[in-house]
Amino acid sequence: MRDWLRSILLPAEGTSYAGSVDSLFFFLFYMGVFFFLLIAGLLTYFLIRYRRRGPDDRTPYIVKNHKLEVVWTLIPLSLVIFIFFWGFHTYMDAAVSPGDAMEIRVTARKWVWEFEYPNGIRSLNELHVPLNKPVKLLMTSEDVIHSFYVPTFRIKQDVLPNTYTQLWFTAKEPGMHRLFCAEYCGTSHSDMLGRIFVDDEKTYNEWLETGGDEGKDMPLAEFGAMLFKSRGCNTCHTIDGTRGEGPSFRGVFGSQVKLQDGSTVLADENYIRESILRPQAKIVAGYQPIMPTFEGMLREREINALVEFIKAQR
Amino acid sequence: MSETPVVIEQHGHAPFLQHHFHTAEQQADASKIGMWLFLVTEVLLFGGLFVGFAVMQSMHPEAFFAAHHHLDRTLGLINTLVLLVSSYTMVMAVDSARRGKQRALMIYLLLTLMFAAVFLGIKYIEYSHKFHEGLLPGKYYSHAGDTVPGQFMFFSFYFMMTGLHGIHIVLGMAAITWLCFRARRGDFSPAYYTPVDMVGLYWHLVDIIWIYLFPLLYLIQ
Amino acid sequence: MADVMALKPGVGGQAAPNYLTASRGLKSWLFTLDHKRIGVMYLASVLAAFLIGGVFAMLIRMELLTPGPTLMSAEAYNKAFTLHGVVMIFLFIIPSIPAALGNFALPLMLGAKDVAFPRLNLASYWLYLAGALMGVVAMVSGGIDTGWTFYTPYSSSTGGAVSLMTLAAFVLGFSSIFTGINFIATIHKLRAPGMTWFRMPLFAWSMYATAIIQILATPVIGITLLLLVMERVFNVGIFDPKLGGDPVLFQHFFWFYSHPAVYIMILPGMAVISEVIPCFSKKPIFGYKAVAYSSVAIALVSFLVWGHHMYVSGQTPVASAIFSFLTFLVAIPSAVKVFNWLATMYRGSISFQAPMLYAIAFLLLFAIGGLTGIVLGTLSVDVHLHDTYFVVAHFHYVMMGGTVIAFLAGLHYWWPKMFGRMYSEKWARISAALVFVGFNLTFFAQFLVGSRGMPRRYYNYLEEFQPLHIVSTVGSWVLAAGFFLMAGYLYASLRKPIDAPANPWGATGLEWQTSSPPSVHNFDHVPVVTTEAYAYATETEETTVGAR
Ligand code: HEA
Ligand code: HEA
Ligand code: HEC
Ligand code: CUA
Ligand SMILES: [Cu+2]
Repeated sequence: MRDWLRSILLPAEGTSYAGSVDSLFFFLFYMGVFFFLLIAGLLTYFLIRYRRRGPDDRTPYIVKNHKLEVVWTLIPLSLVIFIFFWGFHTYMDAAVSPGDAMEIRVTARKWVWEFEYPNGIRSLNELHVPLNKPVKLLMTSEDVIHSFYVPTFRIKQDVLPNTYTQLWFTAKEPGMHRLFCAEYCGTSHSDMLGRIFVDDEKTYNEWLETGGDEGKDMPLAEFGAMLFKSRGCNTCHTIDGTRGEGPSFRGVFGSQVKLQDGSTVLADENYIRESILRPQAKIVAGYQPIMPTFEGMLREREINALVEFIKAQR
Repeated sequence: MSETPVVIEQHGHAPFLQHHFHTAEQQADASKIGMWLFLVTEVLLFGGLFVGFAVMQSMHPEAFFAAHHHLDRTLGLINTLVLLVSSYTMVMAVDSARRGKQRALMIYLLLTLMFAAVFLGIKYIEYSHKFHEGLLPGKYYSHAGDTVPGQFMFFSFYFMMTGLHGIHIVLGMAAITWLCFRARRGDFSPAYYTPVDMVGLYWHLVDIIWIYLFPLLYLIQ
Repeated sequence: MADVMALKPGVGGQAAPNYLTASRGLKSWLFTLDHKRIGVMYLASVLAAFLIGGVFAMLIRMELLTPGPTLMSAEAYNKAFTLHGVVMIFLFIIPSIPAALGNFALPLMLGAKDVAFPRLNLASYWLYLAGALMGVVAMVSGGIDTGWTFYTPYSSSTGGAVSLMTLAAFVLGFSSIFTGINFIATIHKLRAPGMTWFRMPLFAWSMYATAIIQILATPVIGITLLLLVMERVFNVGIFDPKLGGDPVLFQHFFWFYSHPAVYIMILPGMAVISEVIPCFSKKPIFGYKAVAYSSVAIALVSFLVWGHHMYVSGQTPVASAIFSFLTFLVAIPSAVKVFNWLATMYRGSISFQAPMLYAIAFLLLFAIGGLTGIVLGTLSVDVHLHDTYFVVAHFHYVMMGGTVIAFLAGLHYWWPKMFGRMYSEKWARISAALVFVGFNLTFFAQFLVGSRGMPRRYYNYLEEFQPLHIVSTVGSWVLAAGFFLMAGYLYASLRKPIDAPANPWGATGLEWQTSSPPSVHNFDHVPVVTTEAYAYATETEETTVGAR
């Protein structure tokens, strides 16, 4: 019964913390159902039993009953106090991270998540974590407020500019978990998504070294198409020619691009590469210099793939 | 409004009794309640600025301390005294109205108006000094040679708070001017002087707010 | 307005001039000091605002029919939900019951000839118009995309007409303050002879509590919005982390107003319900004092719970805990009211005219909205649900299912008094059913989308959420059909001659003792009150078995 209800009401449980939140959630759920049915039941009964039968129905003069007033004040009151303590208890579990947690830095910006691991490796929109090991995220934002939300872990924390906020979890379900940005942050807020990969120790370490085998068997352009989405390029660029925060990739390659300073450049491979790694070097006329730099965040093959992908958008 | 004869028995024939009140007292009481409530909203309006100031000061204590040295304490003190005196003349104006002393009422109103003008004059001198030195709010701040960074924030608040207060002074002056006209027309009498009373309350509030602003801005230690 | 209302004398022939017909022309309306006319103008205005907000809502629902682009761009969507929220909150729901229905009914219910400060009342309406106008200009000159919460630093850095819109909200705030000041002074000083505090209709108590919040909270949002404008124009630094400011401070300021503001919205709704239920149950209200005091309790405690919107904002856990605790406390008076209303129906003689249908709907929907509020108040559970569609569903259940439904109850209750016409009861029931069903379809689905983890303010969403969104969108069509039907039969009733009796519901309030519509001066004779409110019971205290 509970599993069935959970599949309707809640996402899967990716941490054991999620389980303890869910217990409380279900308590609240049943309590809510109880009170709703109580109210709806009494209401229905009264509406039927005491419906008007004629113009000279007689109605009694009943205006108070102290006992009743006390009862229906105290019962809800003690219930909510109970709920408060329960909620507080689980909340504090999430607030204090264990000392031995592995630390990962999270930088949020419109509209990408960047992760930096203890060994200096960085990744975009993809967080890899080891199974059953506490992980602590130390988060900050480069522009506006974002919010790091993983439904399956039941955790959420706003990510503020100029301040560090933190979050911790111990993932117990291997596989992919979804990451959402939950604080409204502008045009592509709803595309500021990420994926969290929970791997066993070995796979995780391999990934740290090689970047995993993602896209290994794919042709470059196809891999690039995948990166276009997973690295968040699509939050600013389109491939169908419509203008976003940045220019569309449609027909860029090989064209003469007008720059802000009035000059033009030929969009060849090197220009594209530079645009990705050091976007501020040449600003396209008519756009704001808001594109983040991707230097150090993409592996060589990934850059090649993106260039190849953009080349293919004719 | 009251075209049709009022059916309610009238207690006396108070002037300016609006049709929906039964008695002049009732009307005066209502006005007082209304005015006090309005003053509460004013306090809360400024309260927001005070809280903002306090939070920012606690975040940047050095900057605020350094910045407040640019204010001229003497001028601030003079202005405080000017407003205090104007509050006194306002009290006297209300008192004269209550006693039906038309001439004294007029004189005290004009005196209050004059002190208010002096206050604004001094404020003008202070402001122009600040403008001159580039001590301006936010991005317009351009004071050279600061040793402590972040002083612009103090001036953001200085201008917002004294500016909002200044606007209140101007509005008060407008209200007092209106009282002068009505006083000359002979509207007020011991039976009806609620407007003088109300403007008086408002004026004291404006005065009190300054009394909080002065130490807050000029006397940080 | 005026020509629809052109006097069509009732069955009796020459009707005495009422407040609608006493003078003619646009100017006689725009410069009127009559609280009833100001109420009617407010009513027309808030209904127009509701229509605009509703159109934005339909656009939102349309867009969410499919994941990805459906009919507009992401920018357009972000503007649509912002404008939907801003219009619904500042232009519709806050003035709806107090300024429209309250303005009309409160002085009548107190046996007064007008509110204490008729000119202030008119000023309030003009400020409302000015604010609305600024809002419309802001909408067409770039719109805004900040969300109705205007969170910094996004709102201080994004483009669009943010400053103009915040100034509009500032002006609207003062219009709301003026209404509040007026009501408090009116209740204190203009009660009819014999109407002691505890003989007042509960409507007045609730309005009093509302006015307290309007007066204490609104100035704070005023100054906050001014600070935001200053931030945008001068970069004063207070909310900008780059300049050493604190963006979260804005949230504290904002919710310090906006949480109490949700009780500015619901208390008037509760006020209406406290009138309607006794009337259509023909029973005196149960627990008069409990209901009266609980309004005041809600008003006071509501100032101390704002942090429950900020559990994940980075405020300290201790602060969150305190806010959570107080949030639960403020829920208790609401629970007390619900049970008292139910007890009022016990052994009543219940009839099912339109106002009562809405009151019944209110009880059910507000219970769901309130109980999910408890879920959100719970610390660890809210961490998961915060900024998801669960919150969206919660607040539509309380605002739409609570306040708007109560507003409709009141509208149908006082409509005959306001305009002297009875609407078609049959169509009213059909429309109430459509609204009820449509509403639940639209928003119940959103609880599920939300608790399964879909964040709000999302233009694009994962495919797994689509089935529920389809339910929701289809529901919104049913809902809209109900409202258009309502607009139709209400308008039709205005085209008829005056036919409403002075007291169509057999209600006890003073407002029913004067003609429908009332004369300019409300009462021909000052009413004198000798009994408590809601003297509906046909049996006396002594003959009632089971009463204490
Ligand atoms: C009319 C408006 C209204 C009303 C009346 C309420 C009423 C309540 N609200 Fe709601 N709320 C909003 C409008 C409203 N809210 C809005 C607009 C938002 C979102 C704003 C935004 O972010 O855009 C919001 C958001 C919101 C949050 C923040 C969620 C988040 O963003 O994470 C919380 C958290 O505590 C909350 C709690 C409550 C509670 C506890 C009540 C209580 O007052 C409810 C009390 C009522 C009952 C409890 C039901 C009746 C009683 C019974 C049926 C008896 C049994 C009761 C018990 C056992 C307790 N609300
Ligand atoms: C009073 C408040 C109120 C009301 C009534 C509504 C009503 C509706 N809301 Fe609203 N909504 C908000 C306040 C309100 N909303 C707020 C504050 C937000 C948050 C914004 C933000 O995130 O910043 C929000 C957000 C919001 C969202 C989430 C957007 C997002 O997060 O991405 C959605 C999505 O479905 C939605 C849908 C609807 C729908 C379908 C209705 C329907 O119920 C509307 C039905 C109404 C009509 C169709 C109009 C009919 C009118 C007439 C015909 C004329 C009137 C005449 C007479 C009645 C006589 N709303
Ligand atoms: C926050 C928005 C944003 C993101 C995310 C983003 N870009 Fe950009 N991009 C821009 C803007 C704005 C411009 C135009 C101004 C400039 O040249 O810097 C641009 C320009 C470019 C150009 C030059 C296009 C031309 O027409 O000359 C390329 C190539 C490019 N981006 C590739 C990428 C790739 C690849 C990614 C993802 C890995 C990406 N961008 C992510 C905003 C973004
Ligand atoms: Cu980042 Cu929303
Ligand atoms: Cu709240």
